[in-house]
Amino acid sequence: MTLFDQTTTPAATAPALHEVPKRDPRDRGGARQPLLIVRDLHKHFPIKGGLLNTTVATVKAVDGVSFAVGKGETLGVVGESGCGKSTLARLLMHLIPPDRGELIFDGDPVGQRQGLSLRDLRRNMQMVFQDSSSSLNPRMPIEDSVAYGPRVHGAPRHTARATARDLLDKVGLPAEMFAHRYPHELSGGQKQRVNIARALALEPRMLILDEAVSALDKSVEAQVLNLLRHLRTRLSLTYLFISHDLHVVQYISDRVLVMYLGEVVEIGPVDRIYSAARHPYTQALLASQLSTDPAERLTEAPIAGDPPNPIDPPSGCRFHTRCPFAEAVCTAQAPRLSAAEGPEAHGVACHMHDPGSGHSRHGDPPVTPLNAAPAPMPAKRAQGAAR
Amino acid sequence: MPADATITTAQAGAPAGPARRGYWSSVAERLRHDPVTVFFLCVILLAAVAALLAPVLAPHDPYETSMLKRLKPVGFEEHPLGTDELGRDMLSRLLYGGRVSIMMGVLPVLLAVAIGGTLGVLAGFLGGLVNTAIMRVMDVFYAFPSVLLAVAISGTLGGGIASGLVALTLVFIPSLCRVAETATSQIRSVDFVEAARASGAPTHSIIRAHVIGNVLPPIFIYASSLVSVSILLSAGLSFLGLGVSPPVADWGAMLSSLRQAVYVQPLVCALPGIAIFVMSLSFNLVSDGLRHAMDVKA
Amino acid sequence: MTAPLLDVRGLTVRFHSRRSSATAVDDVSFSLAAGEVLCIIGESGSGKSVTMRALMRLLPERRAEISGRIGLDGNDVLSLGDRALNALRGDTVSMVFQEPMTALDPVFTIGDQIAETVRRHRGASRAEAEARALELLKLVRIPSPERRLRAYPHELSGGLRQRAMIALALSCQPKLLLADEPTTALDATVQIQVLVLLKRLQAEIGMGIVFVTHDLGVAAQIADKVAVMYAGRIVEYGPARDVLLDPRHPYTIGMLSSTVRGQPRDRDIEAIPGSPPDLAALPPGCAFAPRCRFAVDACRAALPPVEEVGPGRSARCARLAAARPAAAAAAPA
Repeated sequence: MTLFDQTTTPAATAPALHEVPKRDPRDRGGARQPLLIVRDLHKHFPIKGGLLNTTVATVKAVDGVSFAVGKGETLGVVGESGCGKSTLARLLMHLIPPDRGELIFDGDPVGQRQGLSLRDLRRNMQMVFQDSSSSLNPRMPIEDSVAYGPRVHGAPRHTARATARDLLDKVGLPAEMFAHRYPHELSGGQKQRVNIARALALEPRMLILDEAVSALDKSVEAQVLNLLRHLRTRLSLTYLFISHDLHVVQYISDRVLVMYLGEVVEIGPVDRIYSAARHPYTQALLASQLSTDPAERLTEAPIAGDPPNPIDPPSGCRFHTRCPFAEAVCTAQAPRLSAAEGPEAHGVACHMHDPGSGHSRHGDPPVTPLNAAPAPMPAKRAQGAAR
Repeated sequence: MPADATITTAQAGAPAGPARRGYWSSVAERLRHDPVTVFFLCVILLAAVAALLAPVLAPHDPYETSMLKRLKPVGFEEHPLGTDELGRDMLSRLLYGGRVSIMMGVLPVLLAVAIGGTLGVLAGFLGGLVNTAIMRVMDVFYAFPSVLLAVAISGTLGGGIASGLVALTLVFIPSLCRVAETATSQIRSVDFVEAARASGAPTHSIIRAHVIGNVLPPIFIYASSLVSVSILLSAGLSFLGLGVSPPVADWGAMLSSLRQAVYVQPLVCALPGIAIFVMSLSFNLVSDGLRHAMDVKA
Repeated sequence: MTAPLLDVRGLTVRFHSRRSSATAVDDVSFSLAAGEVLCIIGESGSGKSVTMRALMRLLPERRAEISGRIGLDGNDVLSLGDRALNALRGDTVSMVFQEPMTALDPVFTIGDQIAETVRRHRGASRAEAEARALELLKLVRIPSPERRLRAYPHELSGGLRQRAMIALALSCQPKLLLADEPTTALDATVQIQVLVLLKRLQAEIGMGIVFVTHDLGVAAQIADKVAVMYAGRIVEYGPARDVLLDPRHPYTIGMLSSTVRGQPRDRDIEAIPGSPPDLAALPPGCAFAPRCRFAVDACRAALPPVEEVGPGRSARCARLAAARPAAAAAAPA
C-alpha cells in the first residue's frame, strides 16, 4: 500500500535523495528499487499469567506495518512510548522473529529459500542502540568491540583490527588515543561514536538508529547528528532513524513515518508532514513540541490523556480515545492507510480523509486543528524550518 | 572538510586518561589498596605453601606413634605443638592434614565451577526448554540440606577422599549453576549481546567473547566463598568417619579423634579446629575483598 | 522589598570519597520570590540536581560537605536540627522527582499515601485526610479521581503517576516546590499537559518552584528566571526571556545553537565541541574554556568574576564582548 513500486514510479519522482548514491557495487536492484520494503509486519507478544501460565492478554506491539525506504534516504520513525518503534527496529534486524510479514532487501526477500539469508541481511543492515553504555561490552577494549563483527564474518585478526582502527578514526575517535580504552573510560557521546563505528564495521548499506541520540546531552547530540550526516554521504548509507524527538527527526529525515500503538498513522515527505500534517495525532505531536522562546508558551495542552496501554488497544481507530474529532465510525472501524505510492506520496490513516468513511468532517479536514490555545501551530513551526 | 571537523570535536573533550588499562590490572590495582584482603590472601598462600612443602617442613613422621609421649602440651620437648592421643607430632600432622583439607576445600569448588558454571551459562543463554530441564534438576538437589546430601552421597559411595570429593562437588553444583544462570540471563538481554547477535555472530562465539568474561566475576566471587564451606563440610565428613581413613591426617579427622581428650589437653585438641577456622575465615574475607575489587564501575 | 522565599548564598557542595573529592556545586547564589519559577538548566554532571538536593539537605551527610547559606522562609536550612528539618520538608518545601515509580510507595494506594502525609503534617482525622486526598486528585485533574484514590502506583499510566506525585507534593500546601526533571520521562503530548498543569497550579496556589531541567524548551515553557549551570557553577542567570532570547555566556549560546530546532537540513548544527569535564579534575579558571571558541589565556588562568549584564541578570565570563555577535546569531527569532 505505502510501497513505491519501481515499475509505477515515474523517473521524475524517483527517491528525492539529497545525495544520489553513486553506483554501488553491492547495488542489485538499481537506483529506483527501494533498499528495504516492509510488508504487513506483525508482532504480538502474549502475556502469560494465571495458574496454568495461559495467555491472558496480547500486546500488539507491531500490527500490520508496511513501508519502504529508498536508497540513500533517511526515513524517520516517530511515536510515543509503547507505539512499537523499538520493536519494529528489532523485527527488522530479526533480533526477534516477526509473527507475519515480509522484508525485501534490495529486491531480495529475506529469509526465504531464493532470497537473502539472515546472515547476509545482518551484513547489510546494522543497528545502533539507544543506551550507549549497555551496548558495549565493559570487559572489551573498544577496538575489539568494533573488530568483533568482521572477525565473526571470517576476517583475519589484523584485518579486522585495521578496519576497527580506521572506523574509530572515521567517527572522530583517533585510534592511537582510543583503541585500547575500555567503555568506562569514555563519555556518553564517545561511547555512542564507538557504537556507530561498530555498526559500520561490516560495511552495511543501511543503519537502524534506535533513539541513537536520545540519551545524549544536547551539545553532544548535535555532534553525533553532524557525524551521522557526514557518514551518510561518505559511505552512501541509508538510515531508518527512530526517535521521539520531532525536532531531530525533522533535521535528519527525508521522509517521516508516524506510529501510534503499533500502527502507521501517517507517512510522507518531511516537509509535508511538518507543514501540513493530516492525522490529528501527528498534529497533536507537532503542537506539543516546545519552543525555546518563552513568548511561544502553550497555555493549553494540545491533547489530553496518555497513550493507551498497547495491551488490548482501543477498537477501530486506536487514536479515537484521545481524538477531538472522534465519531461513531472511528470506534467501529479501523481506518486504512490511504494509498501512498511513491516517495513523494503522503499517506494517512484517518476517516476524516477517507471519502467513503461516513465521518462528518470528511472533506473538511481541519487545517489548523486543536488550536484552542494561541499556540504555535505546526504550520508556523514549519516556516521556521524553511528559514 | 567535514570529516576533519568531526575528528577535532571529539578530540577536544577527550580526557587525558590512561592509555591502556585492562580489567584485571585495575582489579589488582584496587586490591593493592585493601590491606585486609591482601593480608588474608597471604595467609592462604602461606598455608598452601606450607602444606605443599609438608615433607620438608615437618619435624617428624606424622604417622610415628609413641605410647610414652601421648597428649603432651604445646612446647613439649621437640614437639612445638604437642602430640596427639597416639603420641604423633601435632605440627607434622597439621601440615600433612592441610594438604588434604585445603585440597578438599578448593578442588570440589573448582570442579563444581566447571560443571555447574557451564550448565548455568547454557541454561541462562539458551533459555526455554534447556533452561527448564537443567534448572528443574538443580531444584531437586536444592530440596536437600547440603550437609545431609554430602553425608548421604559420601556414605553411599563408601567414604574415602575420592567419594568425599564427588559428594562435595555434587553439593556445590546446584548453587553455582543458579548463580551462573542468573548472571547469564541478565547479560543475555543487555544491548551489547543483542548487538553481537545483530552482527550475525553464532551462539558459541557470543558466549565465548561476550558472556563468559561478564559472568565469570560473580561466579568466581561466589565460588571463593564456597571454599570455606567446603573445608568445613569435608572436615565434617572426616569427623563422621566418611572422609580419609586413618591414619592419614586431615583436620576434620584429627578434630574427631582428639575430641575425647578435650579435658586433658584442650589447647592441643583445639589446634585442628583453629586451623579450619583460620582457613575458612581467610577465604571468606578474601572473597569479600574480591567482590569489592571486581565491581567495575560502568 | 520583602525577604525572598528562598535565598541561596555561596552554596558549595563537595563530595568526598576514599580516593578523591569533587566539587559538584561551587559558589552558587540565587534567590526566589514567593510565586516565582526558577529553572536550573544544565547537562549531566552540571550540578543541577545536587544543588536541588542540597536545598533540602537530601545528600548523604557523611560524604557530602555543604557550605554556604540557604535561607528558606526565614529558616537557615543548613543549621536546622533534624526535627525542624523534617517539619520543613513536606510542609514548607516538597519535592517532585523524575521517576514517580521510585518515589511512590508501591504497596500503598495513591489515596492512602496522600492521606497519610496530610495526617502526619496536619494532624487531620482520617475522614478529613481522605477528603483532602480526593480534593488534591481533582486539583491535579486526574480523571475519575474517586476510582484512582484506590489505585496502586503501578496501575496508573506515566502521566497520571506524575500527577499523583504532584498531588502528594502539594498535600500540605508547600510554599516551595522542588521539581527534578519531572517531565523528562514523559511522552511529548503528556509532558506538555504536566507543564501546563504545574504552571497553572503554581499561579493558583502562589508557590515558588525550583525546576531542574536539561531541556531549554521546558525551561522556556515554565520559567520566570533561569540559572544555567556548567561544571557546578552558575554561568548565566537572569529572567527567562532575556537569557533564552539574548544569551550572553558562550555556553548558553552554544546550548541554544546546538539544540535542534528547525535548522537547515543540509548544514551542520553548531555543536559545542568536546564533552563536559570531569568534576574531580576541573581545569583552573573557567571550566568551559577547553570547549569555548572565544577562550583566551586569561580564561584558563583564573576564574572570571560574575558580571552584571543587564537588569537582574549576570554572567560569569571574561569574553562577553567577544561572544556578543554569536549570541545574536544563536538566539531563536
